Amino acid sequence: MADQQEILSGLAEIVNEETGLDPAEVQMDKSFTDDLDIDSLSMMTIVVNAEEKFGVRIPDDEVKNLTTVGDAVTFIQSNQG
Amino acid sequence: MSERRVVVTGLGATTPLGGTIAETWEGILAGRSGAKPLPQEMLDRYEMPVHFACTIAQDPLEVLTKVQVRRMDPSAQYAVIASQAAMEDAGSPEVDPERLGVAIGTGIGGVWTLLDQWDNLREKGVRRVFPLAVPMLMPNTSSGNVSLLLGARAGAHTTVSACASGAESMGTAYDMIRDGRADVVVAGGTEAATHPICFAGFAQMQALSTRNDDPAGASRPYDTGRDGFVMGEGAAVMVLEEYEHAKARGARIYAEFASIGMSADAHHITAPEPEGAGASRAMRAAVERAGLTDSDIVHINAHATSTPVGDVAEANAIRRAFGSAADAMPVSATKSMTGHLLGAAGALEGLLTVLAVHHRTAPAAINIEDLDPQIDLDVIRGEHRTLPDGDIAALNNSFGFGGHNVALVVKSI
Repeated sequence: MADQQEILSGLAEIVNEETGLDPAEVQMDKSFTDDLDIDSLSMMTIVVNAEEKFGVRIPDDEVKNLTTVGDAVTFIQSNQG
Repeated sequence: MSERRVVVTGLGATTPLGGTIAETWEGILAGRSGAKPLPQEMLDRYEMPVHFACTIAQDPLEVLTKVQVRRMDPSAQYAVIASQAAMEDAGSPEVDPERLGVAIGTGIGGVWTLLDQWDNLREKGVRRVFPLAVPMLMPNTSSGNVSLLLGARAGAHTTVSACASGAESMGTAYDMIRDGRADVVVAGGTEAATHPICFAGFAQMQALSTRNDDPAGASRPYDTGRDGFVMGEGAAVMVLEEYEHAKARGARIYAEFASIGMSADAHHITAPEPEGAGASRAMRAAVERAGLTDSDIVHINAHATSTPVGDVAEANAIRRAFGSAADAMPVSATKSMTGHLLGAAGALEGLLTVLAVHHRTAPAAINIEDLDPQIDLDVIRGEHRTLPDGDIAALNNSFGFGGHNVALVVKSI
């Protein structure tokens, strides 16, 4: 089971691969859309890659609740199988 | 209002001979072949009858970011590389975005994306299909991406006419400028169809050369030993600009883009009409629309793909169009070096025609050891041909499955 820091850095890697953003920019309080400028198509790719990396299922209905990086980290941490 | 003239002010390309148009032209003048072996794994897995292709010389990551590469089909990557280079070559002109247009043709479009994502769907399920699959596979993915990159808002168009696509797009650009819809248009063609399905399909048609023991000698237009074309890929783009606009900003002008002629064979879905009636009408229309006479045309860059039937049909069409005047039109067959870039072929050969006029040098073909006696043309072999001083013009032919015929005329300036 990955801890919060491991999930955050794993997510930062995924975001970097998809958008080219510096992984250091990917912080808990950052909003995916407002701060990181990630569009819905990129978000979908990030979600699918995160599912694969952390062995979780993130339902489409849940994705809209993941406003900040912290929301995603928390969701992944509490749903890891 | 006087007629708006169209000139060429920038060139860009990524081709089997190099990552730039300069390297490509050098390769052409050096008589180099762009043929390279195909990955052994592809050959083994599919028992491919063809073992080589003119794949691009450049890794797109030399120019694009990893993210750009991930989010664009290879066909769009090549188009973006060529378009950026062409705009830089034109001096990165400041153009009102609403007066800047794009016209990029493709024969096959995003075939790698389509089939990679189909593989993902079958092997891993719907969640693993890339959300950008559709905007990456659509045929207008290149013109859309180039428009986005350049902020071009006058219109972004995609011509699709198989191997005439790249030439036809330049006609679209020419019309946009002549009609006053744009002052500058980035125009050309792109193709990235080196997917196994494309080799398989063309091979099943017996359209590809299988000279596996001599890849560099496989593309041999007009030679008696020709046995089909060599698949190529890449993109070529020119910046077309309204003449007064170019003059006002002191742009370097390579040549005038004088006209385009088009026709359709309505004969057969792939075979050319053997007497060349349709192709000759396109050539005549181009010369007449340019306001030129046959004696003004001092050079032809032929479609000349190295197929047994196609090369003869084009030679007949040239004779039919120009009669004895064709004696004074030395013919280049540059696919002998570049291979056949399909939807980018007409664009690349359009650029090579511009360079031939600009440098007054018509390049020699390679691999013609025994000229087919059915080819009654002055085919340039051995030495490049120096073109005359003074006002000159040249013609470029492109033909596509579906019976599309496109001829461009380029004039010295």
